[in-house]
Amino acid sequence: MAERTQKSKQTGRTTESDEVVDTTTPTSESGEKLKAELDDLLDEIDEVLETNAEDFVKSYVQKGGE
Amino acid sequence: MAIAKVCGIETEYGIVVRGADNNPVSASSLLINAYVAATTSRGDGRVGWDFDDEQPANDARGFSLADVVAPEIETNLVNAVLTNGARFYVDHAHPEISTPEVSTALEAVRWDRAADEIIRRSMVHANARLAQQTGGQPQVTIYKNNSDGKGNSYGCHENYLMAREVPFGRIVAQITPHFVTRQIFCGAGKVGSELAGVSTDEVPYQLSQRADFFEEEVGLETTLKRPIVNTRDEPHCDPQRFRRLHVIVGDANMSEVATYLKVGTTAIVLAMIEDDALGEDWLVAHPVAAIRQISHDPSLRRTMSLRAGRRVTALELQWGLLERARKYEQSHGLAAVGEDVGRDVLRRWEQVLTMLERDPAEAASWVDWIAKRRLVEGYADRHRLAPGAAALKAIDLQYHDLRAAKGLASRAGLDRLIDEADVVTAITEPPTTTRAYFRGRCLAKYADAIVATNWDSIVFDIGREPLRRVPMMDPLRGTAEHVARLIDESDRAVDLLRALGAG
Repeated sequence: MAERTQKSKQTGRTTESDEVVDTTTPTSESGEKLKAELDDLLDEIDEVLETNAEDFVKSYVQKGGE
Repeated sequence: MAIAKVCGIETEYGIVVRGADNNPVSASSLLINAYVAATTSRGDGRVGWDFDDEQPANDARGFSLADVVAPEIETNLVNAVLTNGARFYVDHAHPEISTPEVSTALEAVRWDRAADEIIRRSMVHANARLAQQTGGQPQVTIYKNNSDGKGNSYGCHENYLMAREVPFGRIVAQITPHFVTRQIFCGAGKVGSELAGVSTDEVPYQLSQRADFFEEEVGLETTLKRPIVNTRDEPHCDPQRFRRLHVIVGDANMSEVATYLKVGTTAIVLAMIEDDALGEDWLVAHPVAAIRQISHDPSLRRTMSLRAGRRVTALELQWGLLERARKYEQSHGLAAVGEDVGRDVLRRWEQVLTMLERDPAEAASWVDWIAKRRLVEGYADRHRLAPGAAALKAIDLQYHDLRAAKGLASRAGLDRLIDEADVVTAITEPPTTTRAYFRGRCLAKYADAIVATNWDSIVFDIGREPLRRVPMMDPLRGTAEHVARLIDESDRAVDLLRALGAG
């Protein structure tokens, strides 16, 4: 909170939006929803992730470019 | 007033062949040839690239290194010019697409997305050819990233049109703070560090793919001792009036909003520099150290020294630039970057800084490094993996995989800015607001009469000697407004040239 209060003194804001913090802090309900979304996403990653991660990463070698 | 910030993006893609000979040069050639053959009636016969005006060794600081360390021009490699005005070619050992010249950040996103789609289609065509040749199921796979995790980096460069009379020293000094700090919203994220002696324990995750590779503040090199500001002075247009600022410091973005902010904020800051409206309050004392330190600090809390003596965070510096940009909007307007797009970029710039300040996790649908980190950390939690585990590096890599069935970025919940239908049309159609319109329309309509083209000219062969070169030295001429009717009404190239007064 101290961090946020300090930062909110920053110039550059054109809207007085400091109070918005509270309304956008995830409620437990939206927190649950985010967690469920992430779980679904991780399930999907488990499905599509290259099977042998070690070999997959090791075999990805590029020549420098530009 | 600042001139229009005509811009474009060049992306070198990572390429791997699995199940067949993994030669990146031949695989890149195969990729491009297969695409051109499948999408034109010309087989592998392409319109050539004209290298006459390429001078990558010229240095913006006023000298030429042509005989010393001239970057190679590999004229023998595959080069294709597409009807959307883009160039699709082999650069070193990578396939590369340079988008057509565009006039706003939103157009840059659209043709950058089209480039990715061209790559996807190219993979399909290339793999069909490979299967025919080998009888097996080999796969050419393309990654839109900037590092192989083993110390080899390849670039995603941006280009911006600047007025020649702006002192180059001012550009270098004043754009550097933005280049050092913009990674907080346009970094693409990386598991670990590729700096010698930096362990995964010290840097389990960082903001940028590229920050580890920058060793100088300013210079001509792009492959060794990479500089934060690149001095290549090769305008590809009238050198008396223009320069092209060649930006090599950025990451390739999967997020459309990140690309939009990267190009949009940079165009605005450059317009301010051109109008001498930015000033030097934000000069960073040690840019090379700062760019790495910021990349290695996902908490966004560490501070860097300014030349003025204060210490600030990257976020504070970005708030400072945004404040100047707001004042610039009031004093000068945003015509140079497109009024509507410019206003929207300012709004989103403020929004992204606000989210980053409150809690970076809020920006997960806009910012690549945050979207990727969510996957990496979530996966590590679920499977109890240590930082730097192979599976986490695999997620990092696969975030950038352009195959629809494998790519993780497309599953990460990123916001979109461009309708799919607009991406599809941009695969074949040029932007209407720059000379790319003339290039693209001519290639679509008169390909058989075109011998070669490059950024600033087209060479026609209309069956009479000599060949006719049509120069395009001003990136803002040759737009739809200027030439659409001429092209519509000219059935043959010879008619067009006659109408242009060159035939």
